[in-house]
Amino acid sequence: MSLYAVQKFLYQLNRTPDLQDRYRADRSGAVRGFDRADDLTDDEVAALVGPDVGYLFHLGVNGQILMHFAALHGIEWADYLQQMRDGIAAYGPVREGVYAMTGYQGVQAHSAELGHRTGSGGLADASEEGGA
Amino acid sequence: MPLVYAGVCSHAPGITSRADQADPEVRGAFVEALDGMRSDIEASGAEALVVVAAEHFANFFMDNMPAFAMGMSDHYDGPIEDPDWLQIPKFRAPGDRDLSHRLVTEVMQTVDVAYAEEWLFDHGIAVPLSFLTPRFDLPVVPVNVNCQGPPLTPLHRAWAFGEALRRAVDSVSERIALVGTGGISHWPATPDSGKINEPWDRDFLDRWCRNDRDTLLDYDDAQVYAEAGQGGFEIRTFLTVSAAAAGAEGTVRFYAPIPIFAVGCTVADYQLG
Repeated sequence: MSLYAVQKFLYQLNRTPDLQDRYRADRSGAVRGFDRADDLTDDEVAALVGPDVGYLFHLGVNGQILMHFAALHGIEWADYLQQMRDGIAAYGPVREGVYAMTGYQGVQAHSAELGHRTGSGGLADASEEGGA
Repeated sequence: MPLVYAGVCSHAPGITSRADQADPEVRGAFVEALDGMRSDIEASGAEALVVVAAEHFANFFMDNMPAFAMGMSDHYDGPIEDPDWLQIPKFRAPGDRDLSHRLVTEVMQTVDVAYAEEWLFDHGIAVPLSFLTPRFDLPVVPVNVNCQGPPLTPLHRAWAFGEALRRAVDSVSERIALVGTGGISHWPATPDSGKINEPWDRDFLDRWCRNDRDTLLDYDDAQVYAEAGQGGFEIRTFLTVSAAAAGAEGTVRFYAPIPIFAVGCTVADYQLG
């Protein structure tokens, strides 16, 4: 796997209108034309073409990159968040990158852990606020 | 001319893209505080606005990631995000290449800053500008501190950069306003988006207002990640402004967690002497 190559394709896609047009017209062709395409595994290509937001998050794609990719596909915010959660449930914890630093155990477990650490009920939580 | 304004505010994309989903009363108070920041900047007579933001892979990637970068162009386009998604129309903000050149030259005397003659604004700058200079009529100098791609800019280097930025601002003839943008604790664009550690935020803002270097630098990334999320790495932009304020004390004009905006929304400023 190459998290670097996956993120670089998405970085270029997010900031390049011409590439967005080519991707909309022919997703596979746009990914194959990427200068680091040889570094991508078949699963990574499939996730970029799908798209499979959950798998990309599982791989470790930074949310600031993935958020734009989801918007490109017209995925609503709440659906975007749920697709990442579903990806963790289906494929397992984040493999690599920033979100793998301490592991990701799910929203509720993380909330409980933070509440315990801070000793406070002051944590605002997406699950209590209808998602964010 | 000495720095005429120094403050910080939030920049989360939800502030504009999901504006209608927040509690109207809380959002209204936040927008009122941002309006107050705009009024204060205008009253300062600022001739240019230096915006220290946490860029989000709009211009810089891990193929060549600078610890610090400054824009050096006569104009900047944005937003990089889909305008319908961000709810900010495409815009061209004025820059001032000559001013940037002089600022970069002075900063370089002590800090190795990269410069960029092209720079696309993402929500980190576009959201604050939509409130602070809604007519895009004030020249902007964009600044980035790497808060996204580890290894991140060390906090003490962000402080040194802020001091260098202050020396640079004081060396030019223009009246300069400085605004840092970012989140405090938040988990943006992740499954935890919407979580906000309010006690952590309030403790940080207390340190920020006291502007004590030692307590502001008394964080490490593992601790910040665990308690304030990856969005907490953006405290670097707030620290840069603290250093530039050179000991001035600050006031929080607004703070409230707004989970649908995915951040504790903040407006604060320093009382410059």
